[in-house]
Amino acid sequence: MLLPSPWRADFPAIAALQRQDQTYLDSAATTQKPQALLDALTHYYANGAANVHRAQHLPGAHATQAFEDSRNKVGQWLNSGDSGQIVFTHGATSALNLLAYGLEHTFSQGDQIVVSALEHHANLLPWQQLALRRGLELVVLPLDSQGLIDLEAAAGLIGPRTRLVALSQLSNVLGAWQPLPALLAMARQHGALSVVDGAQGVVHGRHDLQALDCDFYVFSSHKLYGPDGLGVLHGRHDALQRLRHWQFGGEMVQDADYHAARFRPAPLGFEAGTPPIASVIGLGASLDYLATLDQSAVHTHEAALHAHLLQGLQVRKGIRLLGAPQVALASFVVEGVHNADLAHLLTDQGIAVRAGHHCAMPLLKRLGLPGAIRVSLGLYNDSADLERFFEALDQALDLLR
Amino acid sequence: MTLPDEALAALQAFEAAAGWEQRARLLMQWGERLPALSDEDRNEAHRVHGCESQVWLKGELREGHWHFAAASDARLIRGLLALLLVRVNGLSGDALQEVDLTDWFNQLGLSRQLSPSRSNGLNAVLQRMRDLQASPAL
Repeated sequence: MLLPSPWRADFPAIAALQRQDQTYLDSAATTQKPQALLDALTHYYANGAANVHRAQHLPGAHATQAFEDSRNKVGQWLNSGDSGQIVFTHGATSALNLLAYGLEHTFSQGDQIVVSALEHHANLLPWQQLALRRGLELVVLPLDSQGLIDLEAAAGLIGPRTRLVALSQLSNVLGAWQPLPALLAMARQHGALSVVDGAQGVVHGRHDLQALDCDFYVFSSHKLYGPDGLGVLHGRHDALQRLRHWQFGGEMVQDADYHAARFRPAPLGFEAGTPPIASVIGLGASLDYLATLDQSAVHTHEAALHAHLLQGLQVRKGIRLLGAPQVALASFVVEGVHNADLAHLLTDQGIAVRAGHHCAMPLLKRLGLPGAIRVSLGLYNDSADLERFFEALDQALDLLR
Repeated sequence: MTLPDEALAALQAFEAAAGWEQRARLLMQWGERLPALSDEDRNEAHRVHGCESQVWLKGELREGHWHFAAASDARLIRGLLALLLVRVNGLSGDALQEVDLTDWFNQLGLSRQLSPSRSNGLNAVLQRMRDLQASPAL
């Protein structure tokens, strides 16, 4: 079965990597970038960089315009409408830390924070540390055998003491969409704030934040074919009101004296210091590019490629998939083979996949595994990439068994 | 500096290896020769963290000469450990200071294993070895 990607040529790095005999199958870690993004970065730097929201001069006005245009594009991408504001941070991890610190004052000893067993460290550790600072209870929702958050268990665990629920939309290890509508309804029923980690989810399909109806939604630019050093936090207006200012300095201030200061509301009040201006403009260009693609063609391609990946893994002896991946990625282990050995030999053959704990150590420990290999797909991957992977996998397993 | 006999044998074998596959086979063969580390020595004090696999390294300075022993649950890292130990075991404290281990793995054609992004643990093992040298009682 041949599955060419019609978008492959839009990503110059894919050809460059191929010339270095590298097959890139690690897009869940970070993605390659479209030419449109490279052009936007070059244009910005070649035509006059300037700081935003500060200067009265023309370059400053241009940069600020482009910066704010990107904010609108992100809002449109998420269909957030007038429901809230987009805050730019220095990464998804940074956005989640902003929430954990900015909301700290709303918690009292004994309150509960609910996360799930599959959270990436970025959506676990800020809450874990907040719980430790404030004497809160961190409740961990268990998973079912398919790698989905167990709704029945969740109904018993999300209760009147729950003040905040922070959940991943799509697991970076298990590749399964989580039943967010039901879980967010439970949070609402008990008046708890909801945080959705969309770092993986935002990359696959379009999501409507007004329909999802969470209080906060977080994602990372570099996983969505955008530049790195940039995270996005969407907050509903009423939820943002509860956020205290966290980092200080730059244009987040409204008025400052030596001994006191007042700060702006969202979004600028939460964008301390010079923001990653070029990255913000670049993300806008990546979203423009993505918006030109036929979404259903992208969806069909990703689904076909993913099915091909799963099938290829399933026909090979001794391979155990983690959970029941639905999209984008598959993590697996091989009976009798150490994942570090397999990773070593795949790397020797120019296959760029990820091995290890995938920034979800507690999940891997719960599964009783020291690590796993993860193959993850981007819209530029094609079936030839997977054939090279399978061939390398067979060679490696021949050697190791 | 003259190489210990076993190190010389390793160097000749790896220099003759053509391609990743032969190097991988050799690594596994060397890994099988790594002397076993007793269960009691596979303890937390000897554990080297920062590896994808479990790795233990024990080192003693006896009568002025270093004696290292190591183990791992992954086969290729066992091979790397074996290649490390044949280069350093039996050396005096001063001689060990002189050894450029990065260059050693370079000569073996295994320099990729020491790149900063590697999480297979060879870097962590070398660091532990330096720590042991700095305070042999550890």
